[in-house]
Amino acid sequence: MSFFVVQFLTGLASAASLFLVACGLSIIFGVTRIVNFAHGSFYMLGAYLAATIVATLPVGIFSYWGSVLVAALVVGLIGIVVEIVVLRRIYHAPELFQLVATFGVVLVVQDLTLAIWGPADKLGPLAPGLDSAVNIGGQLLPEYDVALIILGPAVLGLLWLLFHRTRWGTLVRAATQDREMVGALGVNQRRIFTSVFFLGACLAGLGGAVQIPREPISLMMDLNVIAEVFVVVVIGGMGSILGAFLAAVIIGELNAFGILIFPEITLVLLFLVMAVVLVIRPRGLLGKPELTVGAQPAQIAAIHLPGPATKLAMGVLFAVLALVPLFAGDFLLVLLIEVMLLALFAASLHFIMGNGGMVSFGHAAYFGIGAYGAALAVVHSDSPMELALVLAPTAAGLAGLVFGWFCVRLSGVYFAMLSLAFAQIAWSVVFQWYEVTGGDDGLLGIWPSEWASDRFAFYYLSLIIVAGGVLMLRRMIFSPFGYALRAGRDSPLRSDAIGINLRHQQWASIVIAGAFAGLAGGLYAFSKGSVFPDAMSIPRSVDALVMVLLGGVDTLAGPLVGAAALIGLEDAISRFDYWRLILGLVIILICVTAPNGIVGSLKLAFAGRRERE
Amino acid sequence: MLEASGIDAFYGQAHILHGVGLSVGRGEVLALLGRNGAGKSTTMKSIIGLVRPAAGSVRLDGAELAGLPPHEIARAGIGYVPEERRVFTELTVMENLSVGLQPARDSTPTWTPERLFELFPNLAEMRDRQGGRMSGGEQQMLTIARTLMGNPRVILLDEPSEGLAPVIVDQMARTVQELKRDGLTVLLSEQNLHFASAVADRATIIEKGIIRYSGTMAALAADEEARAAYLTV
Amino acid sequence: MSVLEVERLVKKFGGVAAVREVSFSLGEGEILALIGPNGAGKSTCFNMLNGQLRPDSGRIRLLGRDTVGLSPRQVWRRGVGRTFQITATFTSMSVRENVQMALLSHHRRLYALVPLAARQYREEAERILDLVGIADQAERSCGVLAYGDLKKVELAVALANEPRLLLMDEPTAGMAPRERIELMALTADIVRKQGISVLFTEHDMDVVFTHADRIMVLNRGELVAEGAPQAVREDPLVKQIYLGAGHA
Repeated sequence: MSFFVVQFLTGLASAASLFLVACGLSIIFGVTRIVNFAHGSFYMLGAYLAATIVATLPVGIFSYWGSVLVAALVVGLIGIVVEIVVLRRIYHAPELFQLVATFGVVLVVQDLTLAIWGPADKLGPLAPGLDSAVNIGGQLLPEYDVALIILGPAVLGLLWLLFHRTRWGTLVRAATQDREMVGALGVNQRRIFTSVFFLGACLAGLGGAVQIPREPISLMMDLNVIAEVFVVVVIGGMGSILGAFLAAVIIGELNAFGILIFPEITLVLLFLVMAVVLVIRPRGLLGKPELTVGAQPAQIAAIHLPGPATKLAMGVLFAVLALVPLFAGDFLLVLLIEVMLLALFAASLHFIMGNGGMVSFGHAAYFGIGAYGAALAVVHSDSPMELALVLAPTAAGLAGLVFGWFCVRLSGVYFAMLSLAFAQIAWSVVFQWYEVTGGDDGLLGIWPSEWASDRFAFYYLSLIIVAGGVLMLRRMIFSPFGYALRAGRDSPLRSDAIGINLRHQQWASIVIAGAFAGLAGGLYAFSKGSVFPDAMSIPRSVDALVMVLLGGVDTLAGPLVGAAALIGLEDAISRFDYWRLILGLVIILICVTAPNGIVGSLKLAFAGRRERE
Repeated sequence: MLEASGIDAFYGQAHILHGVGLSVGRGEVLALLGRNGAGKSTTMKSIIGLVRPAAGSVRLDGAELAGLPPHEIARAGIGYVPEERRVFTELTVMENLSVGLQPARDSTPTWTPERLFELFPNLAEMRDRQGGRMSGGEQQMLTIARTLMGNPRVILLDEPSEGLAPVIVDQMARTVQELKRDGLTVLLSEQNLHFASAVADRATIIEKGIIRYSGTMAALAADEEARAAYLTV
Repeated sequence: MSVLEVERLVKKFGGVAAVREVSFSLGEGEILALIGPNGAGKSTCFNMLNGQLRPDSGRIRLLGRDTVGLSPRQVWRRGVGRTFQITATFTSMSVRENVQMALLSHHRRLYALVPLAARQYREEAERILDLVGIADQAERSCGVLAYGDLKKVELAVALANEPRLLLMDEPTAGMAPRERIELMALTADIVRKQGISVLFTEHDMDVVFTHADRIMVLNRGELVAEGAPQAVREDPLVKQIYLGAGHA
C-alpha cells in the first residue's frame, strides 16, 4: 500500500514542474494569442542558470532557493527581450508565422546555450536541507519531492490571487478576452503584453530551475518538455491555469504508475488519456470554446486554375530538371534529389495547411513513418524497393488515419500542438524501440533496386514520382474535394450549414497528405541508404513549415520554391559551427519582414507595381 | 472641441474613408448618419486610433492625436463605445468598470461607480454579475458606463441603438440626453434617424466614405432631398 | 400539412431556462416571424431548430420526421436552408463557386478527387444567382462584395438544396432601410413562387409587419403572443415589453 502512496506522491512532485511551464505557456497564450514554442527553451535556461548560480554560492538553504528564484527572474528578463525584439512585431501575423518565429528563437537559444555551457550534460546539486528521504511505511520519498508537492498548489494559489485580487490581474483577464478594447479604454497594451510575457517566462524558468536536483541538465530539455507541455495544455484547456494544474497532475500520475504497469508503453497510456479527454471535451478539461486564435488574413487569396503562362513555366521547369543530369555532377544531382523530395513533402503539408487551414506542426511524423516503413520492410523482410515504396505511403496514410482522427476534432493552435505531440510520440517510439528500429543508430543499408541504384536512374525515378505527386496534389486542390476542404477553412459555420462533413473531409485530407509525405520519406530513405529518428523530429516538421512559409502559404508554387530555398540555405550554412543560430535568425527575420513568403511577396510586389502604373 | 479633418483610412487594400472631416463643439451632440458600410464605424475607429488614418488630422482642443496608439488617445480624453459592445464577459460588472478607470481630470466631471449606478440603476443590482450573463440592453449600458469611468471629455457612441428592442432604444435616448445635460460632448453614429432626432443637435451625413451633408438636426428634418438621397427611410 | 411542428421545446443553460415550453407549427408556404427583446431566447430557439443545440426536452418534427439530435448538416439534408445574421460565405471563392459548393454537397459529390469543381453545376448555379438578382456578380470574389450583395449570396446558397424550409436569422441586419425592404420583398417573392416556408427573426418592424403572414413574440423564453401582424401590433403586452411607444 505504502508503495502506491509513494508512487502517487512522486507523480505529484513531477507534476509541479510541468504545471509551472504549462501555465506559463497558457498565460502568455491567453493575452498574446501566441503559442510560444520557445517556452521549452526558457525552461532549459532556467535549469542551466540555476545550476550555474548555485555553484558560485556557498552551500546553504538560502543560496539554493535564492539561486532558483534569481534564475527564474533572469529567464523572465530574457523573456522580455524576446518579446520586445521578436514577438512585438508579429502580434498581427497569422498564427503559422508566430509559431515558426518562436521556433527560430528555440534554435537561437539552443546554439547560445551550447556556446555558453558546452555539449555535455550537467548534474545539478541536491537541495541543502532537503537532501534525504522521508520514510512512508517503509518506502522512501525524497524530501525534495515533498517541497515540490507543496510548490505546485502554492503557485496555483498565488496566481489566482494575482489574477483576481489585483488591478493588473483584472486588466490581464480583460485583455485575454479583448486586447484591442482594453487599449481603447486607455490601458497601455504593450506594458500588459510585456509583463505577461515576463511572468510566463519566469514560471517556465522556475519550472526548469526546480528540476535541477531531479534530472540531468541537457540541451535536449527544451524540445522534450515542450511536447509534454503541449499535451498538458491540450488536456487541461488552453488559457486555464487550473486546467493546466489538473492536466499536469494527470500526466505526472500516468508517468508514475504507467512505469509500473506498462513500462514500455507509458506513451501509449498518455495517448489514450488524451484521446478520451479530447473526445469528451474537445477544448480540454477546463478550456473555453470561444477563444479565437491568431490573426487571420483579412482577405484570403482566391486560387485560380493555372493559366497558359503558368503551365508553360511548369513545363519549362520540368524540362530543365529532366536535362540537368546531362551536364551536372553527382553533387548537384544529390542536392536536387533532396530538394525534390522535400518539395513533395512540403507540397503535401501545403495541401492541408494552405488549402485546408490546418497548421500541422508534426508533419514529419508521416515523412518519418514513410521512411521507416520502407526501411523496416527492407531490413526485416528483405522487401524490394518497389514494394517498400508502396508500403511507405500506406504506412504513413494509416498513421494519418489514426492521428487525423484526433486532430480533426481540434482547430487552430490546438491542432498544431496535438499534431506536434503525435509526431513526438512517433519519434519516441522509434528512438526507444531499439530492437526493431535500431534507436539512435538508425537503420542502414536501405539501397534501391538494381535498376535504380545508379544516380541517374534514381534521379529520374525521383523526378517522375515527385512531379506526379505534386501534380496530383494540385489537381485535388481544384477538385470538389479540395474545394470542400477550402470551404471549411473559409467558414466552418457555412460548411456545416450546407451539409459538408468537415471533420471527415479534413480527416481524408490528412490521410492523403500523410501518404504523399510518406512516399517522399520512403524515397528519401533510399536516396540516403539509411534512416534515423530525426526523419520525424520536431526540426524536420519545422523544415516543412519553413518551406511552405518561404514559398508563401497562398501560392501553389510556394512549396517548390521554399524547398529549394531551404536546402540552398542549409547547404550554405552547414559548414559553420553555429548553423542553428544562423538558421534561427533567418527564420525570425523572414517571419518579421516577409509574412507572405518569397513567392507571395513577389506577387504582391508585382501587383503593387501594376497598380501604380 | 473635437475636430477631424481630411481623414483617409484603408482596410487592407480597400480605401474606406476619403478625406472625412467633422467637428463637435463643447457640450454638443453630433450625429454621424449614413447607411451600413458608409464608413461610420471606420470614422469612429480612426478617431480612437483602432484604425490608423493614412492621412488627416484628429484634434482635441487643438492637440493632434492622429497616429497615436489608442490608449494614448483614450487618455487624452476620448472615450469610445464600440458598436459590438465588447463587454468583458468573464469579468463582473465592477471589474468591467475598473478596467475603464483613469485618473480624474480637471475639465470634466469625475465618474465613480456609485455615480454611474445612479445613471444606470439596473447595473447597481448586478455588481457581481459576469458581463456574459447580462442581456443585450444591460451590456450596452455597461459599455457606456465602462467608458465613462475614464472621465472622457468626448464620448464616441457607435450605433448605440443597433440590435436593441424598441423600448431599450427609448431608454438609451434618455441616457444620451442626460449625459449631454452633464456637459459631456457626444459624437454618435446612427442609422436610426428617429433615434438621432431625439438626441442630436447637429448631423453629419457620410456616404461611401465621403461627407455629404452637415447641418443642424432641424435643417436636416426640413431637407427632404438630403434625407432621400443619403438615408432613405 | 405543416412543414415544421415544434412541441414544448425546453433549453436550459446552467439551470436557467432560456427557452421554456415553446410550441408552434409552420404551414406550407407560410412566412412566420419570431420577434422579441434581446435575450428573449430567439437565437436559442433557432439553434435548436437548425441542429446546433440539442433541446433538453420537447419535439421538433420536420415534414413529419423527428429531427432532435440531428446535426446542422443532417438537418440541411432534410431540406432546410439557412441564412446567418452575420454573413458566412467562402471568401476565397467567387459568388458562383459559393453556390456551386452547396450544389456539390447537395448532389453528394464532395469526395470527387479528379473533376474540376469550377466546372460542375455551373448552369444550375447561374440559374439561382439569376433568381436572386446577382448573376452579374458571379465572377466576383465574396471577399470583396458589398454587404447587401453578400446577403443575396446567402439567400442563393440557402436555395441550392431545393429547401422546403428557410431559417433566416435577422436576414436584413446591418442593411440600409431601403435595401432591407427590397431583400425581404425578393425573398417573399421567391418563396411564395416555390412554396417554401420561412421562419425568420428580425428587429426591423417594417420588414416584419410588411412580409410576415404570422408573428410570434418571445419574451424570457416564453411565447407571449402569436397571431396575424395586426393583432400582434395591437397586443398591449407586446407593446409594453417590446414595441414601445414608437410603433403604437
